[in-house]
Amino acid sequence: MQYAPTVRIVEMPCSGTIDHRVLLQTFEDGADGVFVAGCMEGDCHFLKGNFRAKKRVRQVKKILDEIGFGGDRLDFFNLSAAQGQRFAEIVKEMTERVLQLGPNPLNKKAKKEGGAA
Amino acid sequence: MIIAQQKPVKDIAAMISDCKKVLLVGCAGCVTVCLAGGEKETEVLASSLRIMRKMEDNPLETVTYTATRQCDPEYVAALDNLTRDVDAIVSLACGVGVQYLAERFTDKWVVPALDTKFIGGSTVHGNWEEKCGLCGECILHRTGGICPIIRCSKSILNGPCGGSQYGKCEISKDVDCAWQLIYDRMKALGKLDKLMEFQPPKDWSKSRDGGPRKAVREDVMID
Repeated sequence: MQYAPTVRIVEMPCSGTIDHRVLLQTFEDGADGVFVAGCMEGDCHFLKGNFRAKKRVRQVKKILDEIGFGGDRLDFFNLSAAQGQRFAEIVKEMTERVLQLGPNPLNKKAKKEGGAA
Repeated sequence: MIIAQQKPVKDIAAMISDCKKVLLVGCAGCVTVCLAGGEKETEVLASSLRIMRKMEDNPLETVTYTATRQCDPEYVAALDNLTRDVDAIVSLACGVGVQYLAERFTDKWVVPALDTKFIGGSTVHGNWEEKCGLCGECILHRTGGICPIIRCSKSILNGPCGGSQYGKCEISKDVDCAWQLIYDRMKALGKLDKLMEFQPPKDWSKSRDGGPRKAVREDVMID
């Protein structure tokens, strides 16, 4: 099993700890796309962590759409620790999506600023 | 508590479009509890504004702070150092907080990030309902603990109107008829006779009809 080297994995104790601020920060820090992988529905050790993460991701997508950044760069997937193959598929899917969307618009601006300097 | 909701980010951005550095001030009072203007919401708004402005090639610098309350002068005074070099202050408080900031920082452009909606409480997490009309003279002891002023769509004080159908208000099948609720509760309490007591017309001068209101407690005043 292989997956694209385009992803950087950030481990969280539970997807339910994901926060709107963290997600927005990733984009401010230059991420082209982000996906949150929560446990399968019904399998959350803390019962509702993955459902809460899903709702928060939905809300941040809404904010990203509202400010013109585009919510498509962010998504949520249910995934168990035993689904390595599925993880690789999701990485491929997100990578293709992000390639289609192009680089993070903030990176383009940063590059331009850097170039001018 | 006061229930408020954030304005669209684009509207807030438009208010500060000519600013390079802004201070966003949250409030740890009511708007934290109703999840509209607390520490987290302040950070989220700051981040949204920064992303938006960077995309426009016009970066915005933000400073964030959450005051214990924006409706008390001593907590507003704590912002003095933070406001010096900012072009504008964005308040994530109710309308009271915005005015307190505008009064203290007279040379600053102070803008509201929230729409102040009503006085109410939560039913479940994430759902708030209006419960008090701030009429200035509470009558809940006469109406079984249900406020007809704000929960009756017409604020009727002497029973339901013809729009009350099967316990619902004519404005929506999702809105209970307040007077049906009052009647049912008074009946259950065995106090229907209380509804028959004569009541003089309500003194609306104690409400907004009397102009801006004040409350004074001389015993707690310092000096």
